Amino acid sequence: MKRVSLFTICFAIFIACWVFLRFVIGSVISVPIPSSVISMYMGLVLIAILVHVSVEDSRFREFIRPIHETLVDENRKNRRIILAVLIPLLLLGYTYTNIAQKANPAGDPRVAHPVPPSEFKLTYKDKVIGTMQEVENPHRHLEKDKPEEFKSHVENGRRVYYDNCFYCHGDHLDGQGHFAHGLIPLPANFQDPGIIPNFQEAFFFWRISKGGPGLPPAGTPWNSAMPVWEEVLTEDEIWDVILFLSQYTGHSYRTFGEGH
Amino acid sequence: MRCCSSLITKKRIYLILSFVLLGFVLLAIVPAFAQDATEAEYRPFPLIGSRNAAWIAAQLHLLFGSFILGVPMFAVIIEFIGWKTKDERYDRMAKEFIKLCMGAFSTTALLGGVLVFILVWCYPKVLNKLSGIFGPTMIFYVVLFFGETFTLYLYSYGWDRMQGRFKWVHLVLGVLLNVWGTAIMFVSNTWLTYQTSPATMFGKLSDKTKEAWVENSLAQNPELTRAELLEGVTDKTVIPLHNETTGEFLGNVWEAVNNFTWMPINIHRLIGNIAFGGSIVAAYAAFRYLVAKTKEEKAHYDWMGYNGNFIALCGLIPLPFAGYWLGREIYIFNNTMGINMMGNLFSWLFIIQAVMIGVLFIGANYYLWSGMGRIQGAEKYARYRPYMITIIVICVAIWMTPRTLSTISSASELSAMGGANHPHLGFFGLMTAKNTVVNIVILTTFLSFLFYRRSGKTPTASWKGLGNIIISAIFFLGVVSIVVIGIVGFAVETDVRVNVLTPWQVLVALGVMVVVTVVDIFMYRKATTSGTIKWGEMTERSQYVLILLAITFTSLMGLMGYARSGLREGWHIFGVQKDTSVDAYTPALGDAVNMVAVIMVIFFALVGFIFWLGLWGDKKKQPAVPIEAEATAESDD
Repeated sequence: MKRVSLFTICFAIFIACWVFLRFVIGSVISVPIPSSVISMYMGLVLIAILVHVSVEDSRFREFIRPIHETLVDENRKNRRIILAVLIPLLLLGYTYTNIAQKANPAGDPRVAHPVPPSEFKLTYKDKVIGTMQEVENPHRHLEKDKPEEFKSHVENGRRVYYDNCFYCHGDHLDGQGHFAHGLIPLPANFQDPGIIPNFQEAFFFWRISKGGPGLPPAGTPWNSAMPVWEEVLTEDEIWDVILFLSQYTGHSYRTFGEGH
Repeated sequence: MRCCSSLITKKRIYLILSFVLLGFVLLAIVPAFAQDATEAEYRPFPLIGSRNAAWIAAQLHLLFGSFILGVPMFAVIIEFIGWKTKDERYDRMAKEFIKLCMGAFSTTALLGGVLVFILVWCYPKVLNKLSGIFGPTMIFYVVLFFGETFTLYLYSYGWDRMQGRFKWVHLVLGVLLNVWGTAIMFVSNTWLTYQTSPATMFGKLSDKTKEAWVENSLAQNPELTRAELLEGVTDKTVIPLHNETTGEFLGNVWEAVNNFTWMPINIHRLIGNIAFGGSIVAAYAAFRYLVAKTKEEKAHYDWMGYNGNFIALCGLIPLPFAGYWLGREIYIFNNTMGINMMGNLFSWLFIIQAVMIGVLFIGANYYLWSGMGRIQGAEKYARYRPYMITIIVICVAIWMTPRTLSTISSASELSAMGGANHPHLGFFGLMTAKNTVVNIVILTTFLSFLFYRRSGKTPTASWKGLGNIIISAIFFLGVVSIVVIGIVGFAVETDVRVNVLTPWQVLVALGVMVVVTVVDIFMYRKATTSGTIKWGEMTERSQYVLILLAITFTSLMGLMGYARSGLREGWHIFGVQKDTSVDAYTPALGDAVNMVAVIMVIFFALVGFIFWLGLWGDKKKQPAVPIEAEATAESDD
């Protein structure tokens, strides 16, 4: 039986990796991975293959043998003709798919969680509360000092959430509310470990109180549907709902060590 | 006659062209001189603008500085090894390193001068503010600079004279040279770190400054009492060193020096210099290897390249840990700045950083694996290579997976993912995943080195079987612990992850490396040599990899310098002195990449020139042939 060449094995591994990412992960295990991320991963696969075949001279010679044969061997004329037709066709196809107009615009470049401006003062309406660096949830200390009182604040937060927030952010705080499908970007998913643990409570106060219209001009255009909640909720209600978000999900807000 | 007339015509054309060029240059620079040079806050630099001029000069100065600070560190260690082992080839290599330094030393000083001139001319306001605070350190800097210059001269020119019984004096000079160099770097780091983080912790303040801060704060918030102000203030509370309204400096020089990011930058740069110096020396050796005509020359430069890469690896392995500490300090100083760095404005830069560090680790492993090709008896380790490549590539893939994919996805892809984060791959974008894979890449690289070290040797210890089981178990338990800590990291408070779990991951990785090294040294103490290292029999590809590593290091330093400096956004001194120049905006990542690429080309052109000078001077001499083309594997230790 004819031995399969190293080049063919490597080519098969390359294709298998692509199929795994595109279809096995992208369809069977999870949802589709953006093509840019697949390209990035495939670049790494290619590097891994090239590293493996080129470390030793003998293996490298074995790897390029079929390429060399295809290019110069008299018996490989048909293969050369096929490649001479196939490669330009692939390039044409690639160029066409990149240039042809598609009804698939680029994604929204809006950053889901914008950083506040560096000279930022946290405010409720016109009242200055302090800098983002310093402000803490005024009810947070009750968790240790007066657990019963803390509980009542969390309950109040629950009420505020289900009266106002769950339509977009969902019953389970997972961003899957009734209106979520009509919004781009989607409402924040508080169950995601990358949301609550990455930001301090003051950040949440800022985003809730100022909503979409209060976002900084640096990242415009914004199109967040988040209302300006300081026009509806009291300062205490906002702090309470912030307590509820972390109590319900089990995620703790970001803190920055003893200095804060 | 015709010949003469054509010559005159040519000369005339050149003359006219020169005048036209001169005219263009004058037109371009005249606006700069038209500015008021007496009380100007800024003066524009002709053609390329002030920011770009300062950027190029500062980055080139830093790259050369890094080289001349890194190389003497290992030169003196190599010289010491040569002295102790009485192996002359080490001594000669150390001397060759220092020879490379000499050319780079004057270029560093020259570029430092250029940078100062640009700052004095273009940014008088900033320099005035900084020199007002740091004046005494600038005088100290000059003293150190003289110390380093004369020590380097003595060290370099006295190399041959101090052989024999005065060798120890020479070594002391080498150590002194490194002390001067490190001190110089520490001093200059104070100025730039202060621009980023002009604050310190309450506990580090003198009583006088504490009082000034209290009075200043009470003046700004008259409704507060002293007790209310100090309530909740601990020794670790961040205290700005300036009056928030007037910008007046409240502290003393030491408090300004000992600011938040000073020590993390010092350590990060110290280790980075070793890695960078090693990689440039390895690239030099690779170049010499590629152009070498004789077997002996190839053997010498192969050996030099191996040592350079080894030193670069030694620096590279702890570098991510030092960088992590720096990042943590930035978050503690100002969490908005931290979020801006890792989660917003500069977050894509960290994806590029992951790609480049991935290149460094893959390249370093590639070189080690290639090197095993020249050792007889290393074949048995080749079967592990595909697994190691797979582990490294998977780890690098996780490391470079972005958290937010909105900018690189189409609308339909975002809709299919249900948002900007992929529901599963999105976890790879979080720091706990990235920290986990960094540690695994480091351990895999260490394993490559372990295989390299063992190649061509057969242990004679009676417990070698048990030893291998112990080493395998340590590796296995280490990796499992790192992964478990990483998984737990998704579920705990960020503060716990940053301050407890991540340091534990680092300690586990370092612990594995230390324990395995000790066990391995004992196991191979009386090992028999089963093969020889055929120095000079490396593939040419592996030499290009060494050059690639130097280029990647240089680009990485440039890009991360942009992040460190850009974090200040529209401030010369963060929160104290606003940048009101035309260049106040933060350049986009694409612009920064272009600028870094230009700087890198200039740097390598200059380095190439210095290396060429060394070659040119040596042309008439016999090439140094310090080592045999074939050496036993044991002699490598």
